[in-house]
Amino acid sequence: MMRMMIGALLAGFAVAGLAVAADKQPARVVVPLVEIETGGLCVAPTGEMRRDHMKMLLHQRDLTVHQGLRDPRFSLKNCVNCHASRETGSVLGKDGFCSGCHSYASVSIDCFECHSAVRQSRVAGAAR
Amino acid sequence: MKSDRRQVLALGAAVLASAALAPGFRLIELVQARSPEEAASTLQRWGLLIDTAKCEDCDVCVTACHEENGVSGHGRPETDAQWIRKVSLRDKQTGHTQALPVMCQHCEDPPCVDVCPTGASFKRADGIVLVDKHACIGCRYCVMACPFGARSFIHEPVSDQKADVPRGKGTVESCTLCVHRLDRGQTPACVEACNRDGGKAMVFGDLNDGAGELQRRLRAEPSSQIRPDLALNTGVRYQGL
Repeated sequence: MMRMMIGALLAGFAVAGLAVAADKQPARVVVPLVEIETGGLCVAPTGEMRRDHMKMLLHQRDLTVHQGLRDPRFSLKNCVNCHASRETGSVLGKDGFCSGCHSYASVSIDCFECHSAVRQSRVAGAAR
Repeated sequence: MKSDRRQVLALGAAVLASAALAPGFRLIELVQARSPEEAASTLQRWGLLIDTAKCEDCDVCVTACHEENGVSGHGRPETDAQWIRKVSLRDKQTGHTQALPVMCQHCEDPPCVDVCPTGASFKRADGIVLVDKHACIGCRYCVMACPFGARSFIHEPVSDQKADVPRGKGTVESCTLCVHRLDRGQTPACVEACNRDGGKAMVFGDLNDGAGELQRRLRAEPSSQIRPDLALNTGVRYQGL
């Protein structure tokens, strides 16, 4: 009886040790590399943005197109202006803010077939 | 002394009262400017008056429009998008010619909206006829239905769009009266360019604003619509046709 308990205790320690070792190893699943240029100041908490950004954009686009309500907080232009890469000035590209995650999740978005993916101020500066 | 002061105050009040009631003193103007939190409303109907006599032999309106909205062609006039164009009219009997800009006429009863199978072609509350490209399937019924040939189809992929003017292959587009500028309180790019560099032939304004420049001109001077027989009640009016 005593031997069995000691055996179980030892086995428990061994498993715990394994678990600690597993934490130190690289994750089995590759996570997308998202570079956020301006972080922490978004229009909603990060978790909410990750889950619901598409709903916000869909809601806002109908308000904007049909009623002329252009709330700058939820506009696609505002997203791009904050999140475009510093190097390319765009949210697209290999590690772009939008395309990085969407290609990882195999989501095909067609926003940028019509909409500009380039930061507004960068474009205005280049034109001058 | 006291009575003098009272008299002065009373006189001042009378002057103020008469100023407030004087004809042409517009309090309503203060109310009409739309704030960004306010939806487009039926209280306004945007319109244009184009004086063909003042329309010079230039194309600053066309250039300004296409620059503002990022409309560029591929050198193929049959299929390239045109939001506004100069049309030349020639009287066969007299040989008299005139040119005038023609764009979406922003009808009160737009045929393009009637035929659209998805509801993409729509009229905004303030009278601007637009295409919701999110819903447009590119069937081009509206292109066929428009009596003014105002609509264009985008045949080829587009890049370098303006941030305020999304454009993409497979959708129909036309003059928006520069709706993104209107929502900021500015006038359309063509009107601004015509008044700056052209013949000052265009007046933009609210057709419902009784005290506005556009309504005043329409009331005082003769004007006409293109194809009045269709009874579309266009928002764009012409003088001297």
